[in-house]
Amino acid sequence: MSDSTSTARSRVFDVDAIRADFPILKRKVNGQDLVYLDNAASSQKPSHVIQSLVDYYEQTNSNVHRGVHTLSIEATDAYEMARTKVATFINAPRSEEVIWTRNTSESLNLVAATWAEANVAEGDNIVITAMEHHSNIVPWQQLAFKKGAELRYLSHNDDGVIDLAGAGSVIDSRTKLVSATHMSNVLGTINPIAELAAMAHEVGAVILVDAAQSVPHMPVDVQALDADFLCFSAHKMLGPTGIGVLWGRYELLDAMPPYMFGGDMILEVTYEDANWNDLPYKFEAGTPNIADAIATGAAVDYLSELGMDNVWKHEQELTAYAMEQILSMGNVKVLGPQDPALRGGVISFIHDTIHPHDLGTALDQQGIAIRTGHHCAMPLVRSFDVVAAARASFYIYNTKSEVDALVNGISETEGYFSR
Amino acid sequence: MTGGMSGLGDMDELYEAIILDHYRSPRNTATVEEPDIDLEVNNPFCGDEFHIQLKVDDDSVSQVGITGRGCAISQASASLLAELVKGKSASEVESAVDAVRRLLKGEEITHAEADILGDIEALGGVRKFPVRIKCALLSWVGLGDALQDHLAK
Ligand SMILES: Cc1ncc(COP(=O)(O)O)c(C=O)c1O
Repeated sequence: MSDSTSTARSRVFDVDAIRADFPILKRKVNGQDLVYLDNAASSQKPSHVIQSLVDYYEQTNSNVHRGVHTLSIEATDAYEMARTKVATFINAPRSEEVIWTRNTSESLNLVAATWAEANVAEGDNIVITAMEHHSNIVPWQQLAFKKGAELRYLSHNDDGVIDLAGAGSVIDSRTKLVSATHMSNVLGTINPIAELAAMAHEVGAVILVDAAQSVPHMPVDVQALDADFLCFSAHKMLGPTGIGVLWGRYELLDAMPPYMFGGDMILEVTYEDANWNDLPYKFEAGTPNIADAIATGAAVDYLSELGMDNVWKHEQELTAYAMEQILSMGNVKVLGPQDPALRGGVISFIHDTIHPHDLGTALDQQGIAIRTGHHCAMPLVRSFDVVAAARASFYIYNTKSEVDALVNGISETEGYFSR
Repeated sequence: MTGGMSGLGDMDELYEAIILDHYRSPRNTATVEEPDIDLEVNNPFCGDEFHIQLKVDDDSVSQVGITGRGCAISQASASLLAELVKGKSASEVESAVDAVRRLLKGEEITHAEADILGDIEALGGVRKFPVRIKCALLSWVGLGDALQDHLAK
């Protein structure tokens, strides 16, 4: 049963109890217990979130912001309550700064099509890191082509750590935007966002944070980071697919032109013209994704009850253990920081002899789900002189024995291919 | 010997001995001088890439060289392809490419085609692993297209 008005209670971080909340963890894959290690791609969902979708459609379903009838009022309240929960979760000063989108990719495109469209001119530059997801590369490439602007990259060392000293000569007086991933979905690197924000602000640029991999896993505070925009997807943080968030500073969002036009985003329409609704509705044209927004609120409740400090601590322990186990195999190289303290729970690795796809298939036969391929970061993966990597990524329900299953699975696969 | 009994499930159906053999020791990997067909094929999904070179004399393939990197399936498939095309006429290669496509899709192939394909029939194991069909098809599709271009010249 969902209680959409509950404030965050707290709960002991007990992995067995957490696992019991996730129905999918009971299923078998290829006759084996599922070991789900593809959380960076999308997380599993607890019953609490699944039930909130069912409850919404069974009890509350109607349209928001337009009816005077009970269901519409309840739906509107629940939808707006979810927005407030998200705002609190990332410590946003105002809940109107939280805009619902479809996912991180749409949030990034929104900023590119509105803020950057209005603020980037010929000869200006946009600075991103060399470890971005395609979603935080391609919109800026396209914008740069269109505007005659330059797209610059911040480099990193062999361990995947950003060269902050070098950033000083990349970010300059013509920089309008610095856009960086908070945590790399390939290397696991946690980037120094607050430092990059200071450098951006120093030259009058704004900073956008791709927080798709950080908000689900660690405490994120938009004010402490001094961010201007921040994007993430609900599906990677226990929530449903099809919904994401763009957070932006009020003054920036307020000054930006709309992204899409239609119902809900207008205040007044005449046959000749229209003017725009207030934030956040200016950016939410048409009937929004009500059910999934409410379920995102349920996901935020679930994470808040566990406490993001505890979530992060659990993943740090698991990551340190996994790095140690994987590296001790001797023939596996891990991309990104070798020091577990510098990274999140995303471990991309390359086996000396077994191609990631063969490994992925062999592990799948053992019920173990990992990601293989270029991880939507082709330029980055190629920079390690490989075309593909295998990736294991953790979340609140993963255990050390699942890490053991992974390592054992890799050994089994070695045995298989060296018959 | 691990495999079927060890929790690796249906792996043996995908990685038959002949596939592993071609993966470990790919055939025809030498560069071809002045090739008539010279193409790069790659699978953007997984990054696998192969360089295929053929020399065609008197309407039949006299030399073939395939190099590249990829998974066991795509490498074995490329090596099997190289073995098959040698000495074949362009139209024989085209029919073989067509038969392989049908084999991998799970469609019927004739006895005559099975005879021509020989060891290549082992690639049919990918049918149980649909996401791997692309790996097996990579070099074949590229070659089919290139041959058509060559014939059209
Ligand atoms: C760092 C990063 N940015 C952006 C994205 C894109 O997220 P979505 O596919 O939900 O738009 C992802 C997801 O894979 C990601 O890991």
